[in-house]
Amino acid sequence: MSETIWLIPLIPLLSSVTLMLFGSRLKVSQIGILGVASVGIAALLTLLLAVEFMQNQQVIQLSLWTWMEVAGFAPGISFYFDGLTLVMMSVITGVGFLIHLFSTEFMEKDPSYARYFAYLNMFVAAMLVLVMADNLLLLYLGWEGVGVCSYLLVGFWYQHNANGHAARKAFIVTRIGDTAMALGLLLLFTQLGTLDIQTMVGEANRTWQVGATIPTIACLLLVCGAVGKSAQLPLHTWLPDAMAGPTPVSALIHAATMVTAGVYLIARTHGLFLLAPTAMTAVAIIGITTSLMAAFTALMQTDIKRILAYSTISQIGYMFLALGVGAWSAGIFHLMTHAFFKALLFLGSGAIIHCLHHEHNIFKMGGLRTRMPVTFWSFMIGSAALAALPMTSGFFSKDQILLQAYQLPDIGPGLWMAGLLGALLTAIYSFRLVFVVFFGKANTEPDKDTGWRMAVPLSVLCLLAMIGGWFMIPVSEVFPASDGSHPAHWVEYVSISVPIVGVLIAYLIFYSGRLNIDGLVSSTLGRRLGQFWLSGWGIDWFYDRLFVKPYYGLANVLKSEPIDAIYGLIVAINQTFNHWLSVAQSGRMRWYLASMVAGLILVITVAANLSVGVL
Amino acid sequence: MVMINLIVILLVGGLLAILSERISDTMPRKVAMAVVLVDVLYLLICLSGMPDIIHLQAPVANDPSSWLMHFKADWIPAFGISIELALDGISLLMVLLTLVLGAIAISASWTDIVARKGFFEANLLWSLAGVLGVFMSLDLMLFFLFWEVMLIPMYFMIAIWGHENRGYAAMKFFIFTQASGLLMLMSILALVAVNHGATGVWTFSYFDLLNTQMAEQTAHWIMLGFFIAFVVKLPGFPFHTWLPDAHTQAPTAGSVILAGILLKTGAYGLIRFAVPLFPEAALNFSYPAMWLGAAGVVYGAVLAFGQTDFKRLIAYSSVSHMGFVLLGIYAWNELALQGAVMQMVAHGFSTAALFMIAGSLQERLHTRDMREMSGLWQQMPRMGAVAMFFIVASLGLPGLGNFVAEFLVLLGLFQVNVLITVIAASGLITGAAYSLLLMQRSFHGKVNKKWADYGLSDFGPREMSTMAVMMIALILLGVYPQPVLDVAQPVLQSLLDLTTIPTLAVAEATP
Amino acid sequence: MDGLNIPLNHILLVSSLLFSIGMLGLMIRRNIIFILMSLEVMLNAAALAFVAAGAHWGQPDGQIVFMLILTVAAAEVAVGLGLVLQVQKRFKTLDMDHANRMQG
Repeated sequence: MSETIWLIPLIPLLSSVTLMLFGSRLKVSQIGILGVASVGIAALLTLLLAVEFMQNQQVIQLSLWTWMEVAGFAPGISFYFDGLTLVMMSVITGVGFLIHLFSTEFMEKDPSYARYFAYLNMFVAAMLVLVMADNLLLLYLGWEGVGVCSYLLVGFWYQHNANGHAARKAFIVTRIGDTAMALGLLLLFTQLGTLDIQTMVGEANRTWQVGATIPTIACLLLVCGAVGKSAQLPLHTWLPDAMAGPTPVSALIHAATMVTAGVYLIARTHGLFLLAPTAMTAVAIIGITTSLMAAFTALMQTDIKRILAYSTISQIGYMFLALGVGAWSAGIFHLMTHAFFKALLFLGSGAIIHCLHHEHNIFKMGGLRTRMPVTFWSFMIGSAALAALPMTSGFFSKDQILLQAYQLPDIGPGLWMAGLLGALLTAIYSFRLVFVVFFGKANTEPDKDTGWRMAVPLSVLCLLAMIGGWFMIPVSEVFPASDGSHPAHWVEYVSISVPIVGVLIAYLIFYSGRLNIDGLVSSTLGRRLGQFWLSGWGIDWFYDRLFVKPYYGLANVLKSEPIDAIYGLIVAINQTFNHWLSVAQSGRMRWYLASMVAGLILVITVAANLSVGVL
Repeated sequence: MVMINLIVILLVGGLLAILSERISDTMPRKVAMAVVLVDVLYLLICLSGMPDIIHLQAPVANDPSSWLMHFKADWIPAFGISIELALDGISLLMVLLTLVLGAIAISASWTDIVARKGFFEANLLWSLAGVLGVFMSLDLMLFFLFWEVMLIPMYFMIAIWGHENRGYAAMKFFIFTQASGLLMLMSILALVAVNHGATGVWTFSYFDLLNTQMAEQTAHWIMLGFFIAFVVKLPGFPFHTWLPDAHTQAPTAGSVILAGILLKTGAYGLIRFAVPLFPEAALNFSYPAMWLGAAGVVYGAVLAFGQTDFKRLIAYSSVSHMGFVLLGIYAWNELALQGAVMQMVAHGFSTAALFMIAGSLQERLHTRDMREMSGLWQQMPRMGAVAMFFIVASLGLPGLGNFVAEFLVLLGLFQVNVLITVIAASGLITGAAYSLLLMQRSFHGKVNKKWADYGLSDFGPREMSTMAVMMIALILLGVYPQPVLDVAQPVLQSLLDLTTIPTLAVAEATP
Repeated sequence: MDGLNIPLNHILLVSSLLFSIGMLGLMIRRNIIFILMSLEVMLNAAALAFVAAGAHWGQPDGQIVFMLILTVAAAEVAVGLGLVLQVQKRFKTLDMDHANRMQG
């Protein structure tokens, strides 16, 4: 198995290429089978690999060929497989398979069915390359590859200009982070002479002191990349807009896999981050700030997908917090459980949107509990896990993160409290969603319930969201062990009870109506704050003024090519002379002759005068 | 003799193309295609006869016998002018690129050209002949001759078969290139005169001139002459303004040749002549040159973003991409130089393809204005997909040739100057901005009703196979660029050796 | 030949007078025929100067150049009259100012 690990990304890639080349000639059923089966086989192979890994715990390194070799710079097309890779691969292929299956029904009526699966398979291949790469340049290949696939899929319904705009925004904003990350790679290679992750980390530990400047800068540049890809402050603005894509795409790319690539990157290079405590603190602070900002924003949204998008940003903020406080395995654990329950929620919302004629506004839904039972239970379980109610998968992972954050000296308790506030908000907004959409009176009638191809993935993900917390992720060999100490018990009790309080608040406000907040909301301050949160803290507006408009303005000013004006000046001078001289060129013989005579007389006079002077 | 034959085949082929128009209207393009393919085959057959082609021996830059091929015959012995041609790894890459893109350009002209087909194909072939001469001649006078030979047919191609504003564009192109050509001629003559003063021998041979001793000031001015002449051609900021007009107005095949090949002669000239002939002067000048390169990267990208004309946008993207080449050359270390060479090859393909797409659109829609397009994917999905491919290639997606090039340039540059690297890297962001805008405005977006009943035909087999050649080339360059790197490596190494010796001596002299 | 010993200066004076008259004619006349005639006058003025100078120095060169000028004048008249016919045909006039197509 270890020798054929390269097959896992190759199969989806081949399927994608096949669909691109021959998609127009295949039947819908064939396209679906090809698209789903390729990821299915990849998932199966990953499962085999996992079974093998569980037995022998063997790290696999496989080098296919040297990508390029110039002056000692020799990154390879080579893969590295350990526990962390296994977790990521399982999430990508497993959740990916379920989402592909879901898509076959969701996208069935779309005329560009083949194109959809071509992109989606390509994404899976690129994402697998990202997590399997053994050097940062190959990782960067996957990194950019998923970016392009995300662009293509967000803008999948290209006929609407808004989708194209969202797609470009997604690509360009992440590209800003990517470029910083590329600079990080340049710095790392220049300093360490290799981009191979394992060698690089070893070399870094030999040559750099903890807290030195260069590792800090390098890590911060990598963080920029991670921040862009994982939609953290200040580069998070693309993710809510990216919801313009088909909902399964949001589930796969913008919830379960691609957006967690940043978390993976930092976890994978944790050896470097341990040398840069400043960078780690920055990661933690970015994480918690983003988490709170997004949670507040999610409270106010009315579009079901935007609520989930902000919740994704918020949850990835928790993962960043985990990474920042050195709770590596807790971060990855949360990544995995989040993939389960967030994919579940997105697919559930996809089912709702599918059955409600593309309705996105939650206040136009309502009462769907009885009409769409499968979806209802999916949402219940997903939201419970998202809110980290006890015994759900989200509980285990988020609890670990908060406890480890608490133990950090100095800022630890502060981070913990902020994290608790986030958890409270999470519980409120997720159950607000549940109560508004599934209870109360029905505003829109669904025309159907989900078919089996939608129901099966939802059910499996429900199961995973329930029991995912009991999985043991095999990363103990990858990350340094935590000291195993536990904070006081009251800390734990508080952590457990906060989400329950949140659910209660949501119940009181949005279901029973006991807690009336209308007065609060309609007060001047409430309205202002609500507006502020609804707009995502005005960050989009701010960026638009600060970057987008000036850039358009600059392009507009320069469009007419000011440099050419300099050459234009030369031309103008020449033309002036030309004009003067061509006046003389009148075509009248007599005029020519007269000027000749005049010139002659002039010359003779001057010459005579000069010669007189000389003589 | 092989090298002479390569050029003569093209020159004679041009005449044949003119004559063949009498047989039938479609004959010239077939003849032209056949001629180029014969040339490629001939070159490949000759190369396959050389056992060490794969493991190119490291040539000594100033010893012609160590090169892959070398040919020398007297021309005007009184002034030491000879017909001296030589081929090493970089020339070989460029010659191959020229011939392949030449074939692609002929394919692009297949239906695009309707009037005076014979003369068009002849001009195309003659221009190619000139370019081959530029890439192979190592006698400076011969080099200058070919430099002019490649431009004049190009002028005709723009002036006769160009679009609405062709007169202006052709004249601008001609004046810029002639002015820079004059500057180059003066620099060549000055260099030869200085060499004559030092050694008492008249010679125009590159190998003899390499070791010319001259005063620092003299070297600086002559180097500057070469630099400007080549940078105009590259084109580097701020000498680029001829390019958007020429590219936009030229017929598709002309744009392909212009962007794909002719620009590379400037870069080739810098690598081959401007730096090695005056190592110290050139390296002292490297910072201004790199700043110009970085300015070109950013400026080209911003201007591309502001365009509404499909071809003009691509033309400005060339300015941006060739900025990377300038950066790579003047960073002057192996990584950056390899990047520059890769960029020359990869940019040749990606831009040629984009120009072909632009040409196909113009042929179908009779406009290049992107405000009139939008939603074309609906009717032409194959063309849209192909355009998508080359657009992501040009924005530097890893796995395609352009990424390898840009990354190597940045990697080499980073070791020289961090600030310039950061500025150049911002070109990756702005590059994404204009590339995706191009896609959005033409193929994506709301379907424009205007074209609904226009009966737009998608790419046919001929176009798809031409595109496939370039796509495969870019993918190969992207995932396994090693053959190209291996061919260029010994040459670059020898050039680096050549230029570091004086600086080493200086370094030793000043403890 | 000694009875008629005219000083060289006088002849040159006549010659330059003739030349000036010719040039004046060239400048002020519009009719192409008169222009041609003025040209002839100028040519002959030059020829006269040559002959006089040749006689003065006792050299044959002056007369040789005179022959040359004579030939040139003949050729010029031939071409000139041809042009006159063409101008008449094309512009229906002999006024030179109507034939200023060269104007830039």
